[in-house]
Amino acid sequence: MIEFKKISKRFDDKQVLQDVSHIMYSGKTNLIIGSSGSGKTVLQKCLVGLYEVDAGEIIYDGLSFTKMNDEEKKMLRQQIGMLFQGSALFDSMTVEGNVKFPLDMFTKDKESEKIKKVNEVLERVNLVGTNKKLPSQLSGGMKKRVGIARAIVLNPKFLFCDEPNSGLDPQTSMLIDKLIHDVTIEFNMTTIINTHDMNSVMEIGNNIIYLKDGKNEWTGNSKDIIFSENKNLNDFIFASKFLQDAKEMRMLEAKGKKD
Amino acid sequence: MLKGMVSKPENSKLYWKEFMHQCSEIGIGSLGIVCVISLFMGAVSALQTAYQITSPIMSKLIIAQIIRDTVILEFAPTLICIVLAGVVGSKISSELGNMRVSEQIDAIEIMGINSKTFLIMPKIAAALVTIPMLVILAMVLGIYGGRLTVDISGIISTETYDRGLKELFIPYNVFFAMMKAYTFAFIVSSIPAYFGYYVKGGSLEIGRNSTKSVVVTCVVILFADYILAALLL
Ligand SMILES: Nc1ncnc2c1ncn2[C@@H]1O[C@H](COP(=O)(O)OP(=O)(O)OP(=O)(O)O)[C@@H](O)[C@H]1O
Ligand SMILES: [Mg+2]
Repeated sequence: MIEFKKISKRFDDKQVLQDVSHIMYSGKTNLIIGSSGSGKTVLQKCLVGLYEVDAGEIIYDGLSFTKMNDEEKKMLRQQIGMLFQGSALFDSMTVEGNVKFPLDMFTKDKESEKIKKVNEVLERVNLVGTNKKLPSQLSGGMKKRVGIARAIVLNPKFLFCDEPNSGLDPQTSMLIDKLIHDVTIEFNMTTIINTHDMNSVMEIGNNIIYLKDGKNEWTGNSKDIIFSENKNLNDFIFASKFLQDAKEMRMLEAKGKKD
Repeated sequence: MLKGMVSKPENSKLYWKEFMHQCSEIGIGSLGIVCVISLFMGAVSALQTAYQITSPIMSKLIIAQIIRDTVILEFAPTLICIVLAGVVGSKISSELGNMRVSEQIDAIEIMGINSKTFLIMPKIAAALVTIPMLVILAMVLGIYGGRLTVDISGIISTETYDRGLKELFIPYNVFFAMMKAYTFAFIVSSIPAYFGYYVKGGSLEIGRNSTKSVVVTCVVILFADYILAALLL
């Protein structure tokens, strides 16, 4: 579980986050949604400490992250997996090298066991047989999936994914959502996903925080979203006519059930 | 930067691997250019020394001695390290800069690895091991280049040259040159690493910082050269 209270962050003249508070639960897929530039990436990076917050507190399983020293942060981070928006693969290493890197660093397993584990996660992200390719030889979506494989290979306690399915086709996108959802439940991870993919919101939105201009505008889950009266949220989620109709249908359905 | 760098490695085997990799990158990678430059600097100093020493009363042996001493004292350590600032320094700077900009350094940090220790330490260590070796190689090849040249252009015979080399040889000079080599090796690796590690922005800044790091490295090398000469000679 990760709790953050009133965190604020500004860059020079721009207030990117303002008093954002929320709780991210373990065993759930927690979503951060919001339009481009609303501060999703900055919020994630603040939570893991890549950016220093200006104010507020971040608490991991009851321990204050903000108060930890460098060594304690380092220990905590060994339980964190993170997928960056730009994948951030090590471009001097092959796909296998990238995914194996955390295993090399933190486990004492035999080489054959590590390779077996690598192949297992590569299979889960649908990338069998790409072991020897370099990141420069992969498509954007493939890089993203290697990034996910690298993030989950050690079964981290906390998983951060910055737009795991942007740039993926709908089918692969759903596969990735399902994968993240499954490992979250299987290993009781606290998973935090940045997304503006409406499919993901509906499918795996256990706990959603909607950011608008760096402020916490709305929180709830995928069911609440349908009935939300928040104008900004509705405009953001149900941007197209098609989605608006879908929302109305759902609402009617739900009403029918009640009557 | 140096302060946050010394921490206990998470897995010493991986650090060792990275160190060996850097040794081959820095050492083997610049072997070719070092060989070419050393041979030519020996050759050119042979021609120019012979040109300047025309007086018939001076012993011909002195040509060999001048070549030997300039190569050992100045050319091999300083000139080679200036070149390495360009070859090795720009590579270190742009490699780290690229890792910074594409968030690879953040990815390492987030795994709970000290990215400074993991990325910078092996580079500095490898430079400290390989660059002095390159400098010794440059000394040998520089003197050999001079020998070839005096022979080909008939300035003096190789026997006279070899005799000149052995006369009035001061071992302290080699020690002094090695002090230079270690100092410069540290400069050549740490300054570009600093510039690369702290790049902000995009690919434009990577290039800009890499150029800046080479310029700064060269200036610092020359400055250190002066200080060392003033202190140790
Ligand atoms: N390092 C930085 N320095 C200055 N400003 C920044 C920095 N990083 C982000 N910002 C600003 O913070 C704001 C939020 O950026 P952020 O990357 O969090 O958006 P986002 O919600 O992730 O958008 P997207 O969906 O496009 O990824 C933007 O206005 C951006 O200009
Ligand atoms: Mg983002």
